[in-house]
Amino acid sequence: MAATVGAPPPLPPVHPPEPLRPAPRGDSLRSWKWSHRLAFATCWACGLALCAVTAAIVVYMGVRGLQYLNFELLFSRPQPGLAQHTTGGILDPVIGTIVLTLIGIALAVPLAVAAAIWVVEYGRPAPLARAIESGIEVVAGTPDIVIAIFGLAIFQLPLFAPLSFTASGGGVFGRSFLAAGSMMSLIALPLVFGATREALMSIPAATREASWALGKTKICTIREILLPQIRRPIGTGAVLGMGRIVGDTAVVVVLLGATLQIERQGDVPILGDLRGTGSTLTSYVFNASPAGEGNAPQKAYAAAFVLLLIVLFLNFAVDVAGRRKEAGRA
Amino acid sequence: MISRLRQPWTDRQATWRLGAVACLVLLLITLMVVFVTIRAWPTLRANGWVSWLGSGGSVDDQLGEMIKTGQDPPEAAYHLRAWPLIYGTLVTTGVAVVVGLVFSVFSAIFIVEFAPARVRAVVVPAVRLLAAVPSVIYGLIGILVLAPFVGNHLISPERKASVQNVVQLDGTGVLVAVVVLTVMIVPIMIAIIVDALRAIPSAWTEGAAALGANRWEAIWTVSVRAARPAIVAAAVLACARALGEAVALSMVSGSRGFSPNPVDGITYIFEPLRPLAASMVENIDAMNAPAVKSSIYAFALLLLLSSLALSIGGYIAKLPMRRQGLRV
Repeated sequence: MAATVGAPPPLPPVHPPEPLRPAPRGDSLRSWKWSHRLAFATCWACGLALCAVTAAIVVYMGVRGLQYLNFELLFSRPQPGLAQHTTGGILDPVIGTIVLTLIGIALAVPLAVAAAIWVVEYGRPAPLARAIESGIEVVAGTPDIVIAIFGLAIFQLPLFAPLSFTASGGGVFGRSFLAAGSMMSLIALPLVFGATREALMSIPAATREASWALGKTKICTIREILLPQIRRPIGTGAVLGMGRIVGDTAVVVVLLGATLQIERQGDVPILGDLRGTGSTLTSYVFNASPAGEGNAPQKAYAAAFVLLLIVLFLNFAVDVAGRRKEAGRA
Repeated sequence: MISRLRQPWTDRQATWRLGAVACLVLLLITLMVVFVTIRAWPTLRANGWVSWLGSGGSVDDQLGEMIKTGQDPPEAAYHLRAWPLIYGTLVTTGVAVVVGLVFSVFSAIFIVEFAPARVRAVVVPAVRLLAAVPSVIYGLIGILVLAPFVGNHLISPERKASVQNVVQLDGTGVLVAVVVLTVMIVPIMIAIIVDALRAIPSAWTEGAAALGANRWEAIWTVSVRAARPAIVAAAVLACARALGEAVALSMVSGSRGFSPNPVDGITYIFEPLRPLAASMVENIDAMNAPAVKSSIYAFALLLLLSSLALSIGGYIAKLPMRRQGLRV
């Protein structure tokens, strides 16, 4: 089962099942042909190269980040400026990242969980359920820039004008935290959906049947028996989805405007901010790099370091959750 | 309204409500195709469905002209020949996927078959981490570390001088773009291939060993052979990812609508280009001009259709393994 067309590929499990495929007895490297030994050496070289590349990236970003990051940078707002020392800090991008991630995940989780429950537990007519599964995999395979540009087409409709940044002349830009957050939810959706579906399918049928036998309805079973059991996998999926949202640049550049500071639209404090534009760490790095207009590599390194820390933290959280689950099972 | 939702649902209500939410996904996909096509329509109509994919003139100049055509451009203003961008996409994606595939197959074999448990406890998290690193960080490393290195040490001043009338060689270009893209897609491929290799029943390789094959022969002729559909699927899905990679490539590809010419020899790998997705990001600020806007949506339509085709291709590629009852 589990058609994974275009879905984000399942990551290798945190703790690979212990029994390695054992080497056949009496098969020593010495008896191998030289070409087989070469292949063996290539395998080791590739594996070690992977570790080396990862270590190089993490260490380099760490060194640069610690070199340029300081508290003042982290807690002051970015300013327009030509020289690097006048461009202020990265407070707004950090806030933007957090707000955008929360909006995105808050929209994605209910949608994905509801869709997964329907597909697994109801799923009639069956072709429709299959179509929805494939549809989510198509969404997963769609490039983020296409999702972003689609969002722009949607939110520039006059219908959605109240949700986004509007010019004084009445032109709708279609750019705001709400617009970017709702498209970000599409990026996290497949991960949460996949996690929920796998978790639901791994619950033995007997659990449901026992509940039905006691006279509970299907939806009551789902709510009282199944959902409490799969809270942790949903959480894992949500955290992975947050990692994806935090790391996405294209949607931010297109739909959030990637303005230097968070710009409020209208006067209402919170709602106005959500309707306004802003930036996230990813767009800040993009704009501060030589490719953008800022050309402030030190700031870019510092922001990229914070971004990497957030992503590593999210990954670490998934790791710990997985370990606890295994410990609970043992 | 909300209090009504809070009451216990009947099964019938639940079916309808949850089903409606699930169908939202299909609605969204339909809307996506419809909207992007509508917005791309002026460009498609003005240039013909296929001929805008062809070559002719400088695409950067054409996009530049479009900005000047104002709010109500005549049909002639939509003139676009996007071949350099498509060529840039094909080159970066193709080379990165081929190089990455070879690397991924060997790495996956290493992870599943050869790595001692302790080494594996390092490699597997390393792959996960590589997959999680945001693309903009890869782009940053590419433009601040790799590109200056290539520009200062690998490209000789004579080489720069030899093409200075046509392009500037500053380090960003085919080579750095392919390297960055390869690092980005390798974790995806490794994850898929590792899953497939792990799904191969041990009995199969044991059978090969019983017939006198050594360990490598068993791996190569049985495991990898049986996992071939998954390897193809990995390549296809990695293609889809590479096609849509916008930001990192816009940073490291040199960002010029230029088709590097293989006749240039070694210089080829240093020449700048720009893939479709990167062009979309970079022209986003020029979207006030309707002609540019329509062109960007035409690029989006092309990417959308290709990723759709690749999704289906990946599914079909994996069918043979499912038929054997392997879960991939």
